[in-house]
Amino acid sequence: MKPAVDDPGSVKSPCDGQKEATGFPVMRTWRGVYVFVFGSFILWVLLLLALTAHYS
Amino acid sequence: MNHLDFVVLIGSMLAIAAYGTWHTRRHRNLSHYLRGDENVGWLTIGISVAATQASAITFISTPGQGYESGLDFVQNYFGMPLALILIAAVFLPIYRRLNVYTAYEFLGHRFDAKTRLLGAAIFLLSRGLAAGITIYAPAIILSTVLGWRLDLTIILSGLLVIIYTVAGGSQAVSLTQKYQMAVIFGGMIMAFVILMMKLPASLGDAFTVAGGFRKLGAVSFSFDLHRRYTFWTGLLGGFFLSLSYFGTDQSQVQRYLSGSSVRESRLGLMFNAVLKIPMQFFILLLGVMVFVFYQFEQPPVYFNQTAWHEAVRHDPGGKLRAVQQEFAAAYAQKEQLIHQWLDAKHAGNTEAEAAARAQALAALDRSNALRDEAKSVMEADDPGVKSNDADYVFVTFVLDHLPHGLIGLLIAAFFAAALQSKSAELNALGSTTTVDFYRHLLKRDASDAHYVAASKWFTLFWGLVAIAFALFANLVENLIQAVNIVGSVFYPIVLALFIVAFFLKRVGGTAIFWGGLASQVLVLVLYFLHHWFPELDFSYLWYNLIGCAVCVVLSLIIQAALGSDARSART
Repeated sequence: MKPAVDDPGSVKSPCDGQKEATGFPVMRTWRGVYVFVFGSFILWVLLLLALTAHYS
Repeated sequence: MNHLDFVVLIGSMLAIAAYGTWHTRRHRNLSHYLRGDENVGWLTIGISVAATQASAITFISTPGQGYESGLDFVQNYFGMPLALILIAAVFLPIYRRLNVYTAYEFLGHRFDAKTRLLGAAIFLLSRGLAAGITIYAPAIILSTVLGWRLDLTIILSGLLVIIYTVAGGSQAVSLTQKYQMAVIFGGMIMAFVILMMKLPASLGDAFTVAGGFRKLGAVSFSFDLHRRYTFWTGLLGGFFLSLSYFGTDQSQVQRYLSGSSVRESRLGLMFNAVLKIPMQFFILLLGVMVFVFYQFEQPPVYFNQTAWHEAVRHDPGGKLRAVQQEFAAAYAQKEQLIHQWLDAKHAGNTEAEAAARAQALAALDRSNALRDEAKSVMEADDPGVKSNDADYVFVTFVLDHLPHGLIGLLIAAFFAAALQSKSAELNALGSTTTVDFYRHLLKRDASDAHYVAASKWFTLFWGLVAIAFALFANLVENLIQAVNIVGSVFYPIVLALFIVAFFLKRVGGTAIFWGGLASQVLVLVLYFLHHWFPELDFSYLWYNLIGCAVCVVLSLIIQAALGSDARSART
């Protein structure tokens, strides 16, 4: 018998770990953590844009 | 460096080695040797992932990149937060569930043996080449500190790295990383503060000079394909580069699989997603401020002082001395113009400010032309000389301008970081060769002790390959760009193998294998063709997008041609 992972279909739910708690009082879901990370990225790009515009 | 620096340097290095050896003295099985304890917390994982990527190259080469080209390199990292989110959400849970030693084992499970070997072989080829580049980092430090020839220090530091890696394994790699990172960041912040204190201009004036010399352009929305770093190359090319590096490169996968749970591994990745851009910005800004500093203090014509002194000694025509004199005169004129420029700014005379700035820019161009002339003379006399000296800028600044004691500590931390990242790299090469080739093809049922021994031998082999490559290669790019170029040529195909594995269930092993092989050939042809066809000389970051997309599309086409029955055929 082949191991379960040999079946490509067995990796169709890669988001199983999303159910695990983040352990934070805020951002209790992983989606919240990802939104926070994305928001910090946008903030950095805006700050770098402001720096570029100011000294160009 | 004086005696105090050498005492601090040697003492720190011995302490790090003793600590790593003592903590890793009981490696009994392959899992422990390759993956560590698997009980590591998120902060250690986060620092370990950052340190494996950052390494000494980041701390040595990136300030040099900032010195030469300003802040635009930061765009290279724009795709990284998004890639890390995808890895944390999709890749990581799969790796954890499958409980694999190497990422390429998964390809074997999902497709077939030949696709697993293709993924592992591309990894070994790209990482083997990158190892030949990254070995320059500790060699440059030693060469600058001791004043020895670079080829000697490549051999010496290469042997040191091999001994360190073979003796320690994966856990020793991450054990002292957080302390080294703390010392490096502390040292770099102190370097920044001292730099600001030594500048004869205010922070505002320093930014004015940097901006006036076009070093503060951090973001560009240009669609020019030949421009190396833009918002688009960073976001799209950088996304695919980061996705393949963090998602499929064994040296990184090995780091975050050592977490005690998915949560710890995931938070370690998110730690990097949040901090990478500000960290790179700060390091590039440090390089820009070193550039400003050297507008008020005469820099060397060529920052690799060991090579410079040797070239001057073997320059009977005195061409280099003549260039040096012209360079000093150009510097004096430039400094005077910068003072005029800042005086006009303080007086609010915008017309005079613009005129002085234009003259200062012309003087800077003259200085740069003289630096290029010196490099040409050196290359003509010795074709083997490494003509790009950007990697020496920050080390030279540290040695010449930081207080004693701190120099020793910072050099120790740089060197240790170089050892650590080289060690992680060799460790990953050794483990992939053992698990994906040796155990899989040659010796299936040996004891763990046998595989640990084999892994050490393969680590030794890859270390020697890295030393040989570094001795015979002459890098045109600085280190930080060279490793990114190598990654961009090879990583996209490995990434495509994983993307097809995760998301395109109907594609089988044969289709992805031939699609991967064909697209790897295509990217290599594109890379080499640009030497003869300048119109193909677009930013290397695009290779990530092109290679990955072509591989996915080709695998779909081949699968369609083969028919659905071929999907399950395993070879």
